[in-house]
Parts: sequence; C-alpha cells; structure tokens
Amino acid sequence: MRTMAEVTRQGELIAGQGLTLHYGGQAVIDGVDLAIEGGEIVTLIGPNGAGKTTLVKLLLGLVAPDGGRVVRRPGLRVGYLPQRLQVDPVLPLDVSRLLTLTHRASRAAQQQALAEVGVAHLLHAPVQGLSGGELQRVLLARALLADPDLLVLDEPTQGVDFNGQAELYRLIAGLRQHRGCGVLMVSHDLVMVMAATDRVFCLNHHVCCHGAPESVRRHPEYLALFGPRVADELAVYAHHHDHAHDLTGAVAADEHEAG
Amino acid sequence: MEDFVLRGLVAGLGVALLGAPLGCLVVWRRMAYFGEALAHAALLGVALGLLLDLAPTIGIVVTCLAVALLLAGLGRHQPRFASDTLFGIVSHGALATGLVVLSQMEWVRVDLFSYLFGDILAVGYGDLGWIGLTLVVVYAILAWLWRPLLAVTVHADLAAAEGISVARVHLVFMLLIALVTAVAMKIVGILLVTSLLVIPAATARHFARTPEQMAVGAALVGALAVVGGLAASLEFDTPSGPSIVVAATLLFALGLLRRHPDGSGRRP
Repeated sequence: MRTMAEVTRQGELIAGQGLTLHYGGQAVIDGVDLAIEGGEIVTLIGPNGAGKTTLVKLLLGLVAPDGGRVVRRPGLRVGYLPQRLQVDPVLPLDVSRLLTLTHRASRAAQQQALAEVGVAHLLHAPVQGLSGGELQRVLLARALLADPDLLVLDEPTQGVDFNGQAELYRLIAGLRQHRGCGVLMVSHDLVMVMAATDRVFCLNHHVCCHGAPESVRRHPEYLALFGPRVADELAVYAHHHDHAHDLTGAVAADEHEAG
Repeated sequence: MEDFVLRGLVAGLGVALLGAPLGCLVVWRRMAYFGEALAHAALLGVALGLLLDLAPTIGIVVTCLAVALLLAGLGRHQPRFASDTLFGIVSHGALATGLVVLSQMEWVRVDLFSYLFGDILAVGYGDLGWIGLTLVVVYAILAWLWRPLLAVTVHADLAAAEGISVARVHLVFMLLIALVTAVAMKIVGILLVTSLLVIPAATARHFARTPEQMAVGAALVGALAVVGGLAASLEFDTPSGPSIVVAATLLFALGLLRRHPDGSGRRP
C-alpha cells in the first residue's frame, strides 16, 4: 500500500556501490551493492560479525571504504539509531537533553516525537532509569526529530523482550506508513522482522542473497548461514498446513511427518 | 589577610572554576588516566621550558599537547595494549624523564617539591595573569563547543552521523586539558592535578540532574575545597596542595551520604 507521502519521496535515497572495507588484512565488507528507495523498509540480516554495523557505518559516512562508493540523494536527511547506546551513570542526562544533543528542538516538537513512539510521559525521565524498550523508543523519537527521509536503525529491538520486539517492529512499519520515509534496519532475526520489511539483504561480509523476506528465508545461502536453528523456525512457522487434528487433538490418521 | 594568602586564594578559586567543567568532561568520558598522563608529562614540559628559556606554562602546554597526540596515535596503532596500559607507560615515562632531565640541569635551582605538590602561597601576580587568561580562553571555547563535547561524550558515532567533527572536538578537548593542567599545577602540583579535576566533579554528581548543574556544582565543591584546604594549611601548617585535595576528598565522602536525586547512580 502506497501513501501520498511515499510517492512524493520516491527514488533512491542512498546507494552503496561495490563497497569494500578491509580490517587487519581481511575483507569485512566485500563488494557490497545495496540501495534503499524512498518509503521502503530494507532489513540487513546476518550472523554476529558479518559486518552489518560496519556496512551501516559505511553508508552513513562514519567510515571511509577502501573500495566502492556511497551515493546519497542531495539534501538527504538521515535519522540514526546506533547500536548499543549506553549513557554512563555518572552523566546526569534526561530524555529531553538526549533528544537535543546535537540539534535543538522545541518542547512541543520533542513531546510530539515521543508521543509518536508512545513514550510522551518520559520527557523528563533520567536516561539511565529507562528500560531497554523505553530507551529504544526514545532513540527512535530522537531519529524522528530530524524529520528524516531515511531512518537507519541498528538493531532497534536490542535489549527488548520478545513481545516488545514485535510491538517495536509494528511501530517502525507504522512510522514508514504515515511518514513515508525509507528505513534501513539491522537485525539478526529474520522471522521477527519479516512482517515489517519489504526487502532483505542477507550479509556475511558479502551479500549472500537478497529479495523479498519469504524468498530469502528459503534461500539455500540463508539456510546454510543460519543453520539448523532457522530450519526449525521454518518448521514451526509452516507446519500448520501440513496436517490436521481430529476432535481429540490427535494428529489425523492420513498425516505425514511434520517438519 | 596577608597579600600572599589573598593571591593564593584567588588563584585557587580560579583553578576551581577552570577545573569544574573540564573535570566533569574527564569524569563523563572516563579519561582520568588521560588527565593523569598529561599532568605527569607537565614536569617534562617544565624542564623543556627551562632548557629553551620559555615560560614554564608554554613549555607545559606544548609538551602536554604532544603527549596527548602521542596517546591518541598509540591508541590507534597499538591495539595489542589496552589504553590504561599505554597511559600508564606514557604517564610515568614522561614523569621519570622530566625528573632525569631536571636533575641534569645544574645551572637552575628547581624546587621539585613545589612542582610535584604545588605551592599556592608562592603564587605571584604573573601566575594570576596566566590563570585569568586561561579562564577566558577555556570558557570561550567551552561556550562554543559545550554541546558538541557533550554529544561526542554520549555517543561518538551518533554525533558524527549528525554532523559533528568528532576528531576536532577531541583535539580541542585535549588542548583544554593541557591548558588547565599547566595552570592548576602551580596550585596542587603535578601529582595532584587530576584530583582537582575528578573529585569536585564526582562530588557534584550526587546533587546534579543536568550536565550543567554538575559543572556548577563541581565549581562550588572545588571552591569550598580550596578555601577549606587553604585555611587548614594556614591553621595547622600543612602543605597547601595536599590540604586542598584532602578537603575535596572529605567533601566527596560527605556527598556519598546523600541519595541520588534521580536514582540513576544505583543502576549497574
């Protein structure tokens, strides 16, 4: 479903072309091509140490590539939610100050951004007292304050419990819906993000496979990378079409093996 | 009040005012070891200043900056060693080199004790001038860079992604620490300079809800420590620099009795 906002922000927002980065003689990022269009949600997925965060840093211009280049749409506004932001307890900081660290914003704008992610009551809460989910929402609000064309979210659900994760992904999908911004997300759990993503890039230093989430989930490279764990998930999520139950709950007689 | 006591008091208060915001930044950025390394390098700066016939303050600032850059470079190119190891090496290496060089300069008479532990009652009008000048420079730079400094402290990548030049901010921060070290040394000495940065800031944390409150609180605690330490020094004839640091430490201990205003200090 395309909203008006999506249409007006069509076209490529940012693209990495042949991005390569070596670290200690090894290619951490190896010839990666990736583009994000206005209004779409792209998820980067891969095992630990696959280079997901590094790729994000390359795209944001925080790290210069050894090879390839990053093309940004001129005037592109990016809202960034970094991985692992921890404010040292020795630094007294409330949410309002965290929101306005680099750019000033009116009280009303801060309040509105927090309300958009459902934590308006936290404006004056000390940052160190926030739960994992609250902190991620505050950081999301922070990214929204820039009125971004592109949201870059590095593991937006980290430190968040299972139910909170699903809720957060729904929230992100909703933000895209009514703001029409593009979203680049990093995740390590494809099944969790499937519903909230248009395209998936499976990364292990290079792009192993990419496409719609359903096709990536069945891609041999993806399965090889994530091994038996995701094979089980496939079973869990697909098995309900494999057999039927009789009235007592036992598997009906004509059934075959279920995953 | 005697003239030299008044000069000492003014100098001490000036240094407390200087050290407060920078001390907070040192504490927030976990750079106490870094400050220590620069302070120790200051003795080498004194020696170089004497050798080249420069004002000691200039020798100290230049040496501190050189050491800061060396530490930044080592940190990047020697991943084998943790930063506290590197800081320990550079810090004590510089201090020892300073002592060796000074010992070889037989043509100057150096009161080593006053360099190591300060001599607030020997502060002259020239020193007051340096402190005043440094105050103006440091506060002007802070007025310009306070927000970026805070942003880089919270998350360097986030600040960089939002348009802040992290390397430049870091460089300016090192310059500020070098400047403060150079003038604070006169008051509490090389070995105790860092304590004048760290202790008032840490004490102020007990009472602060915002970064700025903490900086103001640190200035007040520092001023109180200077007044108390100086008074005790005159009353009991104790060395002035260490007396000020003892006073600051007592204030910190008192602060421990207070509950944190926002509860954040008790989270792991």
